[in-house]
This record gives sequence, C-alpha cells and structure tokens, in this order.
Amino acid sequence: MMTAASQPSPRAAAEAIPAASPCRPVAPRAPLDLPVVDILSAEKIFPDGTRGLAPIDLSIRRGEFVSLIGPSGCGKSTLLKLVANLFEPSDGRIVWWQGNFSRVGEAGRRLAFVFQDPTLMPWARVRTNVRLPLDLAGTDRAEADRRVDAALVQVGLDRKGRHFPGQLSGGMRMRVSIARAMVTEPDLLLMDEPFGALDEFTRNKLDDDLIRLSWEKKLTTVFVTHSLYEAVFLSTRIVVMAANPGRIFGQLELDEPLPRGDDFRNSDRFAALCRELSAMLHAASLESRGDR
Amino acid sequence: MRPLATHPLFSRIAAPVGLGLFVLLAWQLFCKQRGIPVYLFPAPSDIALKLAGSWPELFGALLSTLAVTCEAFVLAIVLGTMTAFLFVQSRLIAISLYPFAVLLQVTPIVAIAPLIIILVKNTQVALTICATVIAIFPIISNTTIGLSTVDPGLLAYFRMNKASRLQTLIRLRIPCALPYFLAGLRISSGLALIGAVVAEFVAGTGGPGAGLAYDILQSGMQLDIPRMFAALVLIALTGILLFVSMAGLSQLLLGHWHESSMGHEK
Repeated sequence: MMTAASQPSPRAAAEAIPAASPCRPVAPRAPLDLPVVDILSAEKIFPDGTRGLAPIDLSIRRGEFVSLIGPSGCGKSTLLKLVANLFEPSDGRIVWWQGNFSRVGEAGRRLAFVFQDPTLMPWARVRTNVRLPLDLAGTDRAEADRRVDAALVQVGLDRKGRHFPGQLSGGMRMRVSIARAMVTEPDLLLMDEPFGALDEFTRNKLDDDLIRLSWEKKLTTVFVTHSLYEAVFLSTRIVVMAANPGRIFGQLELDEPLPRGDDFRNSDRFAALCRELSAMLHAASLESRGDR
Repeated sequence: MRPLATHPLFSRIAAPVGLGLFVLLAWQLFCKQRGIPVYLFPAPSDIALKLAGSWPELFGALLSTLAVTCEAFVLAIVLGTMTAFLFVQSRLIAISLYPFAVLLQVTPIVAIAPLIIILVKNTQVALTICATVIAIFPIISNTTIGLSTVDPGLLAYFRMNKASRLQTLIRLRIPCALPYFLAGLRISSGLALIGAVVAEFVAGTGGPGAGLAYDILQSGMQLDIPRMFAALVLIALTGILLFVSMAGLSQLLLGHWHESSMGHEK
C-alpha cells in the first residue's frame, strides 16, 4: 500500500492508509504516541550544490521502529545524520522531544548511534569498549560496571567481556557495538545499515535479538537498511525513499505484534508484506531514475 | 606432540644457529689450515681468547658505549615524542618545525659530530648529543604519523559523544599511535648505538671513560686485529640486545591486538 506519492506529510500518511491493505494502520498506541523527533520541512543541500534531501516532513513517535529504505542516493543516511544532529539541515527544522533535547552524554535525553562498521577500539577489551560512552561522560565507576554487565547480557556476550575485538567474529563485534549503544540507555537509537556487512544467517540472528531488545526496552529506533526482508521483519513503520532529490516516496505501517520471530519470518503475511514493499521500492527506483 | 626436529620453534632457532656454527667452523678451519697470520685475519678462537683475556678493559668500554647509547635513546624518546605531540597540536608548529627536523636527519652525523664535540666541553655530553641527533628522527616522524592516523569512524564516535580534546588524545590518539611509536623505537634504538659509536670515533678520546669505538681505533693502530674483532662482537651483541628488547616490548604492548604482533594462525 502506498500513501500519497512523493512528499506525504508523515501524520497524514499514518492516518490515510487504505483499509484493504494486508497491513492495517496500527491501533493508536496511546502511551507511546509522544513524538520523539519531528522533522519539519528539513532540506539538505551540500556545499557542492547537490540536493541531498528535498524538504522532508516526518514524525517519529515513541516506541516506533522506523526503517528507512530506498535506492542508493535517496538520502536515507543523510536523513539519519540529520536526526542524529551530526549536521544541520540547510533549511527547515528538526525538533527532538518537542524541543526538550540535549545531546549524548548529557543528562536527560540520549541518542545512540550504531554505524555499519562496529568502530571498536582494537586495543581495548570488550568491556572497556562497551563502557566507553560512560567513561567519556564521566559516569560513576560502579554504576558504569553495572550497566556494562547488563548490556553484555542483553546482547549475549556476558562471557566475552575479557576478549579483544580481534578475537571475535563479525557478528559478535556488531553485538559489542550494540551493547555500547545500549549502555547509555538511549531514548533514541539510530542505526545506519548496522548488519549490512554480515552474512544472512548472522544478520537474521542479530535481527531477532534486536527486535527482542527493542520490545523489552521500549526503544525508539530509526534504522537504515538495504534489505527489504530485514525492514519488514523489524519495523513498525517503513519509510520508502526515492532519489534525485532524496525524498519520501511512501510509507508502510506494519501492525504485526512484537516480539516477532521465525513464525513471522516464515508466514504468508511476511511474504505478502515483502512483495508489497518490493513493489513500492520498484516504483521508487523508477521515479528516482525519471528525475535525472 | 610433534617430533622435535619439525617443531616450528625448534627450526626457528636451530636453523640460524646451525648456519652460524657452520660459518664459524669453516672460518676457523680456513684460517688455521692456510696458516693466515693473526694480524691479517684472526680465527674465531683467537677472537674468543682475546675477548676473554681483555675482558675487563673491553667490558669497561662496552659499559661506557652502552651508557651513551641509552642516554641518547631515552633523550630521543622524550624529545621526539614531545616534538610529535607539538606537531599534531598545531598545523603552524608542524609546518615551521618539520623542515628543520628533516635538516637534522639528512645532514650526516659524521659531518656534524666534530662541531658538536668542539662546541660542547664535556665529551660525554657531546657524545650523547650526537647520538640523540641521529636517533630522534624516526621517533618524531613515526609518532607524528601515528598520532594523526586515527580510525575516522572512532573519531566520529568520540565527537558524537562530545569527548574533550584530552579524552580523545588519551583514549584514542595515543593507543592508535602506539604501533607506529614502537616501530620508531625499534629503528631508533639501533640508530642510538650507531650514533654513539660514530661520535666516539670522531671524538677519538681515550682515558677511563673511552668506549668501544676508541678501543677499535686504538687496536687498529696497534695492529691488534683480534681485539678489533672482539670489540666488534660486543657492539653487534649490544645491537642485537637492543633490537630484541624493543621487539619484546612491542610484543608485550601490541601482542593481543595489533596485526603486526598477533602472529599468523595456520
């Protein structure tokens, strides 16, 4: 199901989902409805004049798992970096927690970012790597240790704390990177193709763990991916983007209850959703080419 | 348990030791069979006898050379690291200082040594300065490269977490620079010894504090060739000792994480 084509208002998109679709609009999640990020006509024009993002409107509510997907050059990473406050929009505004925002490490709302590369310190043990954001923020040592232990248990690496990153597999290194994000108890988790470099089996395993974590911890997540299966499996909402210039092409809401597992992955519903998303992506890439 | 002869460690040690013994034996037989006079080319046994016979003098000279080498090495580490830190702190400092560091490096130490020895009254200090000048460059250049070669992903992560300059330096730049710094140490330790020996040659001063180079000069003039060889053996052993200790230090500090020291899995 596609909502208003090239530049839908996110709220309108959420409300105007056709009823005949296999993925019905989610029943309003009353306690979770607080907006975490409001992107208000944010636009990004790079110094060389290329238009990375056409003005975009998107609102991300508490407890949502939003995936950004689209052909390359559609600005999904750019959008994620805007949300991460890694750079400013050229025009428009981004409002975090309705204006109540402070950055990573400060008291209050916290953002955590997981990159495609685990970006671990090879000279430091897993524990030290996971504790890094707390050390940088000057967190009390006992409290930091307690949180590191908890984060390592959450990602299933509680017995690998004394290892060095070089002794771990690619999937485990990614888990360390996720633990390092979890240790800050983030209010908003941003992930830029975190499992893109992993093989499918490991990726599925990590997807399983991520969805369990985000359900247990009531995380709000924005997730950039290239894999439509991954997007369908993880998301409560998928934002399909088109390129030239980067913009929102359409959105897909998924009301499959959390937590999800292999039952969902092997279901006809899953296949139908993947087909639907695939069709949207196809249309988005046609549109991206047409603008060139 | 593998048979001893095919054990990798055994072959790693046995092969070079075996070769060394073979060469020594051939040398010994060659000299003795041909009856080559000791003052032309001594056999290993002559050298060993001389080494044992003149041990007190030679050992004193060795200590003196070793002292100059170590002082110069430590001085090069301290000054070189400080310079490297200065280089990465400010681009202006780096641009203005770097050409002079290169100048220091490219001018042959043999050419500067007489000047330093004339200018500095205390010979011991002059020798140390000469050796430092030659040993400092690898430390400056390697440490500078190391401090500025930081994983961009980690640097972005530190920035995102609002890490201070000091935190980034201690937690990121210094560990990143460590492998480069240690590679610099390995080169520099050898250069400190070379510098010390060259400076002693140029200074040519004898007396109680004379080093191995002076011993070589003196023995050459007296045609005491076995003693020249004996002094050479001691210099070579000192070089090996320095190299091995630096390699050991690298292994100790990097062994568990850096590719250069992790060893190859089969």
